[in-house]
Amino acid sequence: MESHEGERTGVATNIIDAIVAILVIIMGGTIIYGSRKLGSEWTSDGPGAGYFPFYIGLILCISGVGVLYQALTGKDKNTEVFVDRESFKRVLSVLLPAAVYVGFIQVIGIYVASAVYIALFMIILGKYSWLKSVIIALVVNAVFFMMFEVWFKVPLHKGAFDPLSFLGY
Amino acid sequence: MEELNALFQGFAVVMTPMNFLLMVVGIVLGVLIGVLPGLGGANGVAILLPLTFSMNPTSAIIMLSCIYWGALFGGAITSVLFNIPGEPWSVATTFDGYPMAQKGHAGEALTGAFTSSFVGAFVAVVMITFLAPLVAKFALKFGPPEFFSVYLLTFCSFVGMGKGSPFKILASMTIGFGLAAVGMDTVTGQLRLTFGFTELMRGFDFLIAVIGLFGIGEILLSMEEGLAFSGKSAKIDPKVVWQTWKKLPAYWATSIRASLIGIWMGITPGGATPASFMSYGIAKKMSKNGAKFGTGELEGVVAPETAAHAAGTAALLPMLALGIPGSPTAAVLLGGLLIWGLQPGPLLFVEQKDFVWGLIASMYLGNLVGLIVVLTTVPLFASILRIPFSIIAPVIIVICAIGAYTVHNAMLDIWFMLLFGVVGYVFKKLDYPLAPLVLALVLGDKAEDSFRQAMLVSQGELSVMYSNALVGSITTLALVLLFWPLISKLIALVKPPKQDEFAAERPVD
Repeated sequence: MESHEGERTGVATNIIDAIVAILVIIMGGTIIYGSRKLGSEWTSDGPGAGYFPFYIGLILCISGVGVLYQALTGKDKNTEVFVDRESFKRVLSVLLPAAVYVGFIQVIGIYVASAVYIALFMIILGKYSWLKSVIIALVVNAVFFMMFEVWFKVPLHKGAFDPLSFLGY
Repeated sequence: MEELNALFQGFAVVMTPMNFLLMVVGIVLGVLIGVLPGLGGANGVAILLPLTFSMNPTSAIIMLSCIYWGALFGGAITSVLFNIPGEPWSVATTFDGYPMAQKGHAGEALTGAFTSSFVGAFVAVVMITFLAPLVAKFALKFGPPEFFSVYLLTFCSFVGMGKGSPFKILASMTIGFGLAAVGMDTVTGQLRLTFGFTELMRGFDFLIAVIGLFGIGEILLSMEEGLAFSGKSAKIDPKVVWQTWKKLPAYWATSIRASLIGIWMGITPGGATPASFMSYGIAKKMSKNGAKFGTGELEGVVAPETAAHAAGTAALLPMLALGIPGSPTAAVLLGGLLIWGLQPGPLLFVEQKDFVWGLIASMYLGNLVGLIVVLTTVPLFASILRIPFSIIAPVIIVICAIGAYTVHNAMLDIWFMLLFGVVGYVFKKLDYPLAPLVLALVLGDKAEDSFRQAMLVSQGELSVMYSNALVGSITTLALVLLFWPLISKLIALVKPPKQDEFAAERPVD
């Protein structure tokens, strides 16, 4: 996001709108390509597997072009800033740790990863004390553990290393 | 009278202590979901759905539908006390609800909102009781072309009744259809649009999409606005409730109008939000206190709440009778039915009498229990909103991750959820409606099946959509709605339209 000094700088909403519209057209194109390969025509025993998706892809492309046209040439196009720098930072401060968290679920399982995630989120973003954050994180995850593993018997992902294996679940 | 007998049998099914307990648990969870940012009716039900896999379908649907009622009630709490609409259709409730809270009448506003929600839902359930069996009986005669025309009508009405760019509505809808097509083709068994990734064989589950789009997307949006919530406090004591109840009968005309608007708009998809705005607008015009609307009139809370709740309830009629849900939450409930091995649609009324009437009976009871629960526990729920966002946000993300994982026990789904979250955030900011995407994702395969069957019957002739009067008129109506944005522009050329005074406030949903 290129930006200059000041409160509300950033990319205009209609530019983002146009970019999303182009992504929509690409998706539509992909669907058309995929369904053409499957056979979007009438086969000997009825419509082929790609028959319906082909039209879906077509409508997707048409609506993408429509949005693109409205975003770039419409008279009431929205040139306001899509998201200013401060807000964008705040959004990323949730999104990036969430992605890291999901990565860690894969390795050390949902319960441990969640406890670490909640505690760190509270300490770093919420400016809480270590003790309070760790206690809340442990309590929340203990409740989840009881609820899923013990009461409803729905096993959750324990991760490749399974640090909680000593509990026997 | 056949319906009444069936209904009483339904009550007998529901009235076990276990079901009653589930009902209360569902309501409390539902209100909690409705109050917390990032958890709404649709994704709340989606996250809790896996917990019900081991229950019998009747108990499960009772709990899930009660979560839905709870979420509808919960939306009013945030609107009145915090000026934050929990759901798109509670936006109109903030117009008069929040000013009332500012003036210190929060208890009165909440009592009014809850009671009129109950009234709206009650009228709509009575309507479902008598109308749903008729619709189902009628729909038993439907063939593939008729079903496809109803699907077409469902999706075209999003375009006709939605707000914002019709192209965006179409795009959102076809993205849903496109994602639904990924995976195993139900007719030929071929793998479709997986582009060689075996993990995509399962396709995209709409529950993942719902959790990501509504849950993660909403968290990102609230994060952007900062972390602080500030709200009015409320306590409801029996005296306030009693005094408000004494005032409410004076608004009987508003209530009836609002219920009818809600039912009418609720049966068509995406109708709850326009219904609440329409009801508010009409009440403002018809009431003798109309000029004071917006400054804290009780009637201005009654009108949108009644309509929204009536619409939310009426959305279950097409889901039960035709297998076509009218809202994302109804779509999630429909997904639940499929998971429990029930085939939604007209046959449900013939083959699964206990289930259907148990559900309808639980709507009556659930709303009554809901009313009592929310009236007695409002301060508790209001205090939940005072928990700092930096505790709530990570906990909700954890809940969403757990919810996404439990659907198929697949790690990849959690990544998809995160991806859908980003999509939801961007789409919300760009005014793409999310409801058509979710509904298309749920109904994609079924709509496609009926389309292909219809095409098989006619050997590829599209004229089958006009083969008889019924299918022809539904198709025509669908096309009129599809091209409504164009038609209304043409009408506007001939006759300039009246300005819609709430157009700016109405959210795209």
